[in-house]
Amino acid sequence: MAKSTGELTGVYIREHTKKKERNKKKKKQTEVVLLGSILPVLLFILWEFLSRQGVFPAYQLPAPSAVFSAILDMAATGALWEHISITVYRVFAGFLFGTIAAVLLGSLVGFYQKAEHIFDPIIQAFRSIPSLAWVPLFILWMGIGESSKITMIAVGVFFPVYLNLVSGILGVDRKLIEVGKMYKLTPLQQVRRIILPASLPSFFVGVRSGLGLGWMFVVAAELMGASQGLGYLLVLGQNTLSPETIIASIILFAFIGKSTDWLLKILEARSLYWQDRFAKT
Amino acid sequence: MSLTLRNVSRTFAGASAVRNISLSVQPGEIVGLLGTSGCGKSTILRAISGLDDGYEGEIEINGNTAKEVHDTTGFIFQEPRLLPWLTVLDNVIFGLKGEHADKQKRAKEYIADVGLEGKEKLYPRQLSGGMAQRVAIARALVTSPEILLLDEPFSALDAFTKMQLQDLLLDVWKTYQSTVVLVTHDIDEATYLCDRIVILRGQPGEIDREITLTEQRPRKRGSEELARYKADILESLNLDRARSIT
Repeated sequence: MAKSTGELTGVYIREHTKKKERNKKKKKQTEVVLLGSILPVLLFILWEFLSRQGVFPAYQLPAPSAVFSAILDMAATGALWEHISITVYRVFAGFLFGTIAAVLLGSLVGFYQKAEHIFDPIIQAFRSIPSLAWVPLFILWMGIGESSKITMIAVGVFFPVYLNLVSGILGVDRKLIEVGKMYKLTPLQQVRRIILPASLPSFFVGVRSGLGLGWMFVVAAELMGASQGLGYLLVLGQNTLSPETIIASIILFAFIGKSTDWLLKILEARSLYWQDRFAKT
Repeated sequence: MSLTLRNVSRTFAGASAVRNISLSVQPGEIVGLLGTSGCGKSTILRAISGLDDGYEGEIEINGNTAKEVHDTTGFIFQEPRLLPWLTVLDNVIFGLKGEHADKQKRAKEYIADVGLEGKEKLYPRQLSGGMAQRVAIARALVTSPEILLLDEPFSALDAFTKMQLQDLLLDVWKTYQSTVVLVTHDIDEATYLCDRIVILRGQPGEIDREITLTEQRPRKRGSEELARYKADILESLNLDRARSIT
């Protein structure tokens, strides 16, 4: 009886300390968010102030309040969501195809030296072509619709993911491979139990920079010819001489791009919890 | 269980590393390969393990002379070489086959044997060097290898941890009666642990002489007998002369 009460208090205390730790963690997180917002908030205030003072002419740099009211106007008509969702869809689809292609080819090249000899030279050659140079060709082949845009984004995403995955696989510590050999792992087991987890950090570096490039390329694709999307808003703003639309689009790009990268970062931290790093997320 | 090397030689890119090594190890014996760096100690050990199959000559393990990794050998490297994405428990389980529950039970026993009970859920980054090497020892022992190969396993540790782990090695050796081949450049370690010390010299390395230690275990570190062996070994390594040359 006495023992069980002791255990119960033990459990209670543990729960309690856990809660305390969680609270501490939350506190730290809010602190990080607060610190990070100091500069943007100050910048916005300064910008608003200077705009009202008439330092920036409104036809060149409208005040943040004007930009936000432009965003709110679009939100009210529902146009904003259509622009955002079509752009996010393009980035996501291109990112998905580009990553899948990169994983397939990258694994092949990483694991089989013959495949490396066959594929790597031509991939390296293609890499040195600035990806935007493909745009006219893709439009010629696939028209101005979604497929040419998504293909373009996929091409942009492909290279960083591919390159980082290959270098991750080729860079797996020989010493760990030897541990696998000592336990007589089959080649497939070597891949699954040692090479894949060991190359995961490098893969994530590739995926994150691939996503960044995806966002860059969606702008290019939508500038070329689109009737919807955040990139189209840039063209629209230029043609209708409304800088607030352009700035609204830029801000939305920054915000959504950062959010997707943040999601990937969380995924990365979850998968790489075992890493011994200076910066802990 | 037996281990025999016959005329084993190894050349790397034309340069001979070891030449004509013949050695026979008795079951349950602890044999130390001792020599200055570059004399091919680790090369011999890697050939025995099967990690290196580019040698000439013959290595016979239980009558099997195939140049491959044998199920009956375990290897403890100079570094722990733990897989950083696995916990202590999963690292120890790594080389085991069979039912998961059995594997876990067995691994836990060995983790307790090396004195790491309660640390099963930690990741390698949370371990000190000595703890990590203990995990590596548990991982090598858990498959019950008949032959245990150790490549300077304690050389990266501080003096106290080193002594602790040497005693740990003797404990598990007593319990499991494995045959041990230990590569070391630490003469004190060799005299404390080994039944027989094989001294390698030269480049390419050749067996210079063998010393059999009859001293009963537990031996006393720093005892007169061990000191005498040490003096003997130092003399045959001829380090004094080497120093006067440089």
